[in-house]
Amino acid sequence: MEIQNIWFFIWGLLWAVYFISDGFDLGVGTLLPFIAGNDDEKRVVYNSMGPLWDGNEVWLLTAGGVTFAAFPRVYAVMFSSLYSALMLILFALIIRGVSFEFRHQIESPGWKKIWDFCMFMGSLLPAILFGAAFANIFRGLPIDQQGVYHGTLLTLLNPYGLLGGVLFLLLFLVHGAVWLSIKSGGALHERARSVASRLWIVLLAAAVVFLIASYFATNLYENYLENPILFIVIAVTVAALLGIRLFLAKGSLWKAWFSSALTIIGATFYGVIGLFPNMFPSSLDPRVSLTAHNASSSPMTLKIMLIVACIFVPIVLIYQIWTYNLFKGKVGEGDYEKVY
Amino acid sequence: MDVLFLSRLQFAAATMFHFLFVPLTLGLTIMVAVMETRYASTGDETYLKMAKFWGRLFLINFALGIVTGITLEFQFGTNWSRYSEFVGDVFGSLLAIEATAAFFLESTLIGVWIFGWKKLSARAHAIVMWLVAGASTLSAIWILIANSWMQHPVGYVMRNNRAELESFSAVVTQPWAILEFIHTVSGAYILSAFFVMGISAYHLLKKQHIEFFTRSFKIALAFGLVFSVIEVGEGHLHGSDLAAKQPTKLAAMESHWETRKNAPIYLFLIPDEKNQRNLFEILPIPDALSILAFHNPDAEVKGLKAFPPDDRPPVLISFIAFRLMVVLGVFFVLVTVTGFFIRKRLVDFPLYLKVMLFSIPLPYIAIEAGWVLAEVGRQPWIVYGLMRTSDAASPIDTAQVFISFLAFLVVYGLLGIIGFYLIIRNAKNGPAEVKG
Repeated sequence: MEIQNIWFFIWGLLWAVYFISDGFDLGVGTLLPFIAGNDDEKRVVYNSMGPLWDGNEVWLLTAGGVTFAAFPRVYAVMFSSLYSALMLILFALIIRGVSFEFRHQIESPGWKKIWDFCMFMGSLLPAILFGAAFANIFRGLPIDQQGVYHGTLLTLLNPYGLLGGVLFLLLFLVHGAVWLSIKSGGALHERARSVASRLWIVLLAAAVVFLIASYFATNLYENYLENPILFIVIAVTVAALLGIRLFLAKGSLWKAWFSSALTIIGATFYGVIGLFPNMFPSSLDPRVSLTAHNASSSPMTLKIMLIVACIFVPIVLIYQIWTYNLFKGKVGEGDYEKVY
Repeated sequence: MDVLFLSRLQFAAATMFHFLFVPLTLGLTIMVAVMETRYASTGDETYLKMAKFWGRLFLINFALGIVTGITLEFQFGTNWSRYSEFVGDVFGSLLAIEATAAFFLESTLIGVWIFGWKKLSARAHAIVMWLVAGASTLSAIWILIANSWMQHPVGYVMRNNRAELESFSAVVTQPWAILEFIHTVSGAYILSAFFVMGISAYHLLKKQHIEFFTRSFKIALAFGLVFSVIEVGEGHLHGSDLAAKQPTKLAAMESHWETRKNAPIYLFLIPDEKNQRNLFEILPIPDALSILAFHNPDAEVKGLKAFPPDDRPPVLISFIAFRLMVVLGVFFVLVTVTGFFIRKRLVDFPLYLKVMLFSIPLPYIAIEAGWVLAEVGRQPWIVYGLMRTSDAASPIDTAQVFISFLAFLVVYGLLGIIGFYLIIRNAKNGPAEVKG
């Protein structure tokens, strides 16, 4: 296998890991105003992600950094074309990130309301925009040979792009609701569980519509039809999606959460496999699409980066899993303090 | 205003704001780790209270550093796509390594530190802070290697219309990077030391928590003294490296127009950029510039006029930034040396304590001035001698850059006000207010 193909796969994997890790954070943050009744419950919501959100967000930085290092032309064209959408995501993540530290500094309901709003918007916007951006990438964007984008922010707001935004939001909401049900007790726990079950139905509907719409709006299925064995990925994803509901009903919450994580990995790879070898297809002329082969770094850089990734990504996973394990209990129980 | 100019303003605003928080993170992590280690080894509760108090200030600062840092990595793609495409092979990999090998550790373990007071033993909790400190230093190394490559590109070859990596080891071990790292990190430690000394001085002036803040002051003073001295010495090495590798920056920061041997340094001068001369210059130190640049009084130092006007950086900004940095650098040595001699009777010297309190902003100014010199002095190049800044911007719409620039000003302005307000509030409240 060519080294560019390995990097294409790693690129997809890093996005997938970002979406499962920060995904539940974004879901929990979006649920905040709807699911938590009083300040005590709100604090549980914040503390449920408190020890982990920062490390989760670095997967985004790594996905971005790897795009820069391994596919500089994709990094350049993708992020300049999606300028406004990406800026919105970044500002959202900024106001969201400071909310954790700022909210508990002053004991005043008005002050807390400001940061609760920042937490909500800062979670909602990235969830929708990541979905919309990726759906538009699946569909192709108007870029020319020079990598100049002939569209605006509104170009992204086509029905398929919006559907992608809704799908991602629902994936993260379910993922986040299950997480919150694991992390909380009492009424909040019950509410989170029932929200997860109810949103799951909407997610299922959105997923089915998205799978069908992709057939009409994109070329994603070409790779699948050429290699029908790839349909396994879709089958596994759908099975994982059904698993969420099954495990929720049985009360096996961790299993439900891992099913939801697998659903998100599957959804990401559903698109990534369909794209291959394209990374940023042009809707103007398929010949100028950016691919893993025409947009990559030199073999030497790819090789050095592969060594770096093979050494450090496993190490990162080890200490992140250690951290998750350290804070696996419910917020406020045992040694899991309510800091925020 | 065009995309290029707006992008430059935006990047300057975003990096300078980000760098208001980075230095304190680099230095305070180590000082808090020292306090926690002392607590773990002596069991003295005052050290625990110190770690918690300074840790609380650190966390507000850290939050702002993190969120403003994340945007920076993406701004190369959004605003500097031509640059990204041209240098991604070399520059992109350095940023990617920074995220994987350093930033991950820092961000994951800070969560453990915040939430781990009861989960971990005192010793383990101190180790976590040491790891956070180590990871943030490692982060700085990779970012500064990347910046050094923009200042003095090495280890690359021009191929496929871009700079491709030829020698990874040449990129990561070049002397420029080593000097820049020592310079930046020393500056960060000075800033952190002055931050801790200044806040301690505030409480010592009010004669409250005297034991607590005398200890804090002394730890910070040791830091401040050592690194202020290192900084001055290292600054000298930096100057001579600059003379060999970026002669235009050297000439601009000294407002040195004519090429000559036995070049002096004027203690006072006013640049007149338009007429390519100095309005007036007095108090020369004979041969000083020649010695500084080449360790030889007879050495010839190239003046700005030796370079085509298109290749010269803005003189006035570079000149002011450099002078400001040097004057402050000398001041830091003087006050920390003074502090060393009166360290046992600090409360008896209210004037000194007052000076230290009002000195808190000075290292911030010095560090920002240093970056202004580094980046403005490198102009008109984005990669020195290799790519012009004017060729580097993205081919995008002006309107969206204008809007995002305004958004940066508003959001960062508000966050800066809130952040510093909260830091000051917590600092004034003192250790009594530290919860759990």
